[in-house]
Amino acid sequence: MKSLIDILDLTTGELDELIACAEDIIANPDKYAEICRGKKLATLFFEPSTRTRMSFEAAMYELGGNVISVTGAASSSAAKGESVADTAKTVSCYTDIIAIRHPKEGAAYVTAKNASVPVINAGDGGHCHPTQTLADLLTIWREKGRFTNLTIGVCGDLKFGRTVHSLINAMSRYEGNRFVLISPEELKVPSYVKKDVLQQKGIPYVQTTDLESVMPELDILYMTRVQRERVFNEEDYLRLKDSYILTVDKLKDAKQDLAILHPLPRVNEISVAVDDDPRACYFKQVLNGKYMRMALILKLLKEAGKIK
Amino acid sequence: MNIDSINNGVVIDHITAGNGMKLYDLLGLGELDCSVAIIKNVVSRKMGKKDIIKIDADIPVSFDVIGFVDPGATVNIIRGGVLVEKRAIEMPDELVNVIRCKNPRCITSCEQEIDHIFRLTDREHKVYRCIYCETKAN
Repeated sequence: MKSLIDILDLTTGELDELIACAEDIIANPDKYAEICRGKKLATLFFEPSTRTRMSFEAAMYELGGNVISVTGAASSSAAKGESVADTAKTVSCYTDIIAIRHPKEGAAYVTAKNASVPVINAGDGGHCHPTQTLADLLTIWREKGRFTNLTIGVCGDLKFGRTVHSLINAMSRYEGNRFVLISPEELKVPSYVKKDVLQQKGIPYVQTTDLESVMPELDILYMTRVQRERVFNEEDYLRLKDSYILTVDKLKDAKQDLAILHPLPRVNEISVAVDDDPRACYFKQVLNGKYMRMALILKLLKEAGKIK
Repeated sequence: MNIDSINNGVVIDHITAGNGMKLYDLLGLGELDCSVAIIKNVVSRKMGKKDIIKIDADIPVSFDVIGFVDPGATVNIIRGGVLVEKRAIEMPDELVNVIRCKNPRCITSCEQEIDHIFRLTDREHKVYRCIYCETKAN
């Protein structure tokens, strides 16, 4: 039974296959409108989410399937002390596929080990968020037409930003890419990402605290917010939250074909005026996320023999 | 300093000096009823200094624990006063319930029944990571 816990569970060949499927869904939505009729997706969201949960639900509905949901630990048996393992076994009895978000790192892995249906990690604490990376990859593909020879700037909270870690992991598998890591000192990329991914694979990277000085080099700028829920105290949050605010003025030296991405939600790290710039891709990214989740649901249900 | 030789038991030799107590704790040797000797800072021609543990009972010891703490150690099994097996230790690929994940955000911090599993991710630098949250063991 194949599940998606970490973006690296997918080979580059499988990523190509998902992107091709998403492109076909975009081109021929009617072809997919009934493909999951009679199938049910469980969305187990033990942590707040707007985009990811709605994106999964919209994806399943557009494939003709149904959705059953748990939102918040307080409204589920988790409040009574049920383990993640038992929840996985129970929910498997009702559904064909599970998407889970949980504040604890590794919760999706435990779910996958115990469920009898495919499991998709919709975010496990500060650890992984592979379907956001799928949205990021489709956006990069559609904007740049390649995954190679790109200078990728990631900016903001690089310590707790799970989307950043997944994106670095994913893009490190392609030739000729270079990373520019832009963050305050306190929110630098963890050493295991630098050592185990970038240094081990010999991928060039630079670390800086200055966004504007590196702007002209970038093909992709991946902005992130400082996450209040991950920073340990309010004082640190208030000090760090405005570290980087992307404005129209700061983009004056950027490449004309720069692609600006953001996993959203945005707080104030991208000025609303930037939304009108053709290089702003973050709302396209939201839509791309739905298409990639559709492609992923199809792939996992097919592999589980639940659809043809 | 002399420690009596053992008739039936286990001698863990070539332990890097200073690791003896860590091995004693992780192997749970404090819970045994038999005689256990830890000899620290023994002069060694190869190692300069080493620790040795002698267990006066033929009990199974976890090679995974020894491999994790000190892959250079050797295990000697003694029966009837004769060395019957001398085993070099290797780093295990996986550690199950040997050490606990210290990341407070890891699922193992709140799910009591889950095995604490660490996998060897970098043999050269002896790095083990939690399979759930990827936190490095230390």
